[in-house]
Parts: sequence; C-alpha cells; structure tokens
Amino acid sequence: MEEVKLLGWWMSPFSRRVELALKLKGVGYEYIEQDLANKSQLLLEYNPVHKKVPVLVHNGKTMAESLVILEYIDETWPNNPILPRNPYEKAMARFWAQFIEEKCNGGLWKIMWCKDEEERGRLVEEASHCFRTLEGELKGNKFFGGDEIGMVDIAANFIGYWLGVVQEVSGMELVTRDKFPVLCKWMDEFVEHSVVKETLPPRDKLHAEFEARLGAPSWKY
Amino acid sequence: MSGGEVKLLGVLTSPYKFRVEVALKLKGIPYQYIEEDLSKKSPLLLQSNPIHNKIPVLIHNGKPISESLVILEYIEDTWKNNNSNPLLPIDPLARSTARFWIKFIEETILQTAAKSVKTKDRGDIERIIGQVGEQLKMLEKELVGSGEDYFGGERIGLLDIVAFAMAYWFDVIQEAMAVEDSLKLMTEDRVPELLKWMRKVMAVDVVVDSLPPRDKHIAYVRTRRMIST
Repeated sequence: MEEVKLLGWWMSPFSRRVELALKLKGVGYEYIEQDLANKSQLLLEYNPVHKKVPVLVHNGKTMAESLVILEYIDETWPNNPILPRNPYEKAMARFWAQFIEEKCNGGLWKIMWCKDEEERGRLVEEASHCFRTLEGELKGNKFFGGDEIGMVDIAANFIGYWLGVVQEVSGMELVTRDKFPVLCKWMDEFVEHSVVKETLPPRDKLHAEFEARLGAPSWKY
Repeated sequence: MSGGEVKLLGVLTSPYKFRVEVALKLKGIPYQYIEEDLSKKSPLLLQSNPIHNKIPVLIHNGKPISESLVILEYIEDTWKNNNSNPLLPIDPLARSTARFWIKFIEETILQTAAKSVKTKDRGDIERIIGQVGEQLKMLEKELVGSGEDYFGGERIGLLDIVAFAMAYWFDVIQEAMAVEDSLKLMTEDRVPELLKWMRKVMAVDVVVDSLPPRDKHIAYVRTRRMIST
C-alpha cells in the first residue's frame, strides 16, 4: 500500500539523514544502494537536476534534497515529530539546520579540500567560531531537539559522527573535547542513540574511504 | 498566535527583504517597516540577529526570526487561516517540489551567478553565465511542465516570490553594469517563458509595490560595484 524507497549511498551523511528520520518514525522502506561513480538509470531519472542521493520515492513520486525530504517525512508521518509544532520554534529549528548546513558543514568542506596552509588556518578559525555558536544552542539540553533528537540533530549528523573520522584521518584539531566539551558531549549522546546507531556507516570502512579520498600524507597537518 | 505586532527590518534594494515584504503583503499582514543603514547597524538589528547581523529580520510580538527563507515559511505557518491565498501547496509532495526549486534557486543559481563577479577573466565569465543560463532553463522547464500561469498554480506562491526576486535582480544588476547582450540572462532567446511569467508576476500589485524604484536601484548597484573595484 504505502511504498517507500530510498536511493542512498552508505557513506553519505545526507542519505543517512533520511534513513534516520524514516527509522525514528518506524516507516518501512526499501533501500537501494547507489554507485555514485557509475550512476544508475534510476538515479538519473529520479534526480535529473542534481543526479545525487538521497532520493525518496513515495508511492511512485520522487523527491530530492535531504532537508526538504525531512520536512516531507515529518508532514506525511506525524508520529514522533522531528520538527516542533509551534511555528516560532519550528522557525528556530529551520534556522539552525540551515546554519549547520551552510556555516558548519560548508566551512568543514572548504577546510577538507583546501591545499593552502595559510588559507586553511583562516578557514579553521572561521569554522571554530561557527561551532562555538552552534554549541551555545544546546543550552544544557541533551539534544538540539531537547530530550529527544529532532531535525537539527539529524541535520548535524556529519558533525556528530563523520567529523570525528575526518579529524582522525587528517590530524585536524577543530572540534576537540577540551575546546568544545559541550558539543562533544552531544556527539557522544548522538552516536549512542539507539536509532542513530543503526544509521552510522562502519567506522573502519569510513576511515579507509576518507584516507583514500582526502589524499596523500601531505594533506595532514 | 497570528495577531500581534510585526516589524520588518530591511534595506530597500535587498531581494531578500523583497521576498519577505511580498509575502507579508500577500497575506494582508500589517507590519512596521524599518529601513536599516548597513554601514551603521541599529541596536535593534544587532540584538535581533546577533549571529549574522543581517537583514531581513522579522520581529513578531518581540520575537525575531532571521534568514529570508525561514521567515517565509514562518509567515506561511503562522498566518494559515487568513483569507489570503496559501503560499505553499497543501499537498506535501507539491510542497516538497516547491521547496526543492526554492533551494535550487538559492543554492545553485544564485551561488553560481555570484561567481561571475569574482573574476575578471572573460572566458570564466562566459562559462559561468552559460551555467546559470542552463540552470534557468531547468527552472523554466518546471514552469512550462506544470502548464500553469505561476509556479504556485493560479496564484503566486513562495517559489514565484523567490524566483521573481532572482530574475528581476539579475535583470537590474546586468543593466546597471552595462553587461553586453550576449551575457545577459533574462532574455527572449534564453528564457522566453520565464519572461512571460515575469510580466504576469509584475502585474500583481503587491509585487510592484515592494520593488525599489528602478532608477534608484540601478544607481545603487553602480555605486556599490564602483566602490568594490
């Protein structure tokens, strides 16, 4: 009756966000792993604009962009809400999800691929400031969503898990326990969450992939 | 929840402020507009948007909201039962499609276009404009495929507002910078259907009312670009 499919990639935090939301709501789905080096006809047909994962298919209708998909999931399966119902609080959640995407993840992405040492130093400084701002938003709560994880926590999944592996591989010391104790505590809670655990790619596999992709030892600093 | 005092902090020539103002007007929401001087940001602005210090900021019953797309969704969520048209479709799938294209404009089209002013290399500029041109065609295809007058259907919605702001500002900026014809984006030979749609949107009076006077806008763009070069 309700047919849900998810086109994803094991390593992508974006497709893992969608898996997390579906699992939190107990929505059954068929997962279809994609080979991004060799994009399938299905992927090209379902997401012709970006040719990226994730793509959610619900009763034959397709949608793309993980944060957009999260909103759809919350509207379609309202149990275990991931967004607050109050419009102001909802707006705040959307603000922080965007902040994470643009400033935190965006900042990290620039650092990861920056070859110039001086520029990288400046980018790390800038990113540090953003992480400090984000950390402040926890306000003594277990999760950004309060007692339970919500959209903002889901949006922060890269920070919650992938970042640790990236830092290990690269030697980058941006979000460390002594500099960001509160954010690191959130990271601990996040990865220990029973449902989140199911959506995390195996650490050793992730480590190996990042090592290969982020390049030679010259990248380490 | 939908009653109470609404203030909008903005700048006349900002497409982001335009987005919010059109939405407020379409919903018939009374608001106080406060023009900001970005060279001398007001205490209210700094206090209301401590993270980015940017406009637009909507302040509803003393509570501030920043980021124009977040504000647009807030307006739609809060003033649901007004007699004015809904700005997003009711159907969740159609909503996700609208949001997809809004994101496409914000993160793909606008970000690509921004690169064109960061280079002086003619080849690079041509290439970037070419990319934006292709992206605009994708957006145009979406409109034509729907068979409707507007992205929102029979009436303009959030996607129309965001798309129009992008298209109109491209047009003004390119005119102000005296960009040569072959590099102009909003033209008959590139996007004839989008131009038709733009004219329809311009016929909506709250849209025209929210635009800065064209000559003032052009003068502003010229001044800004001169200062930065």
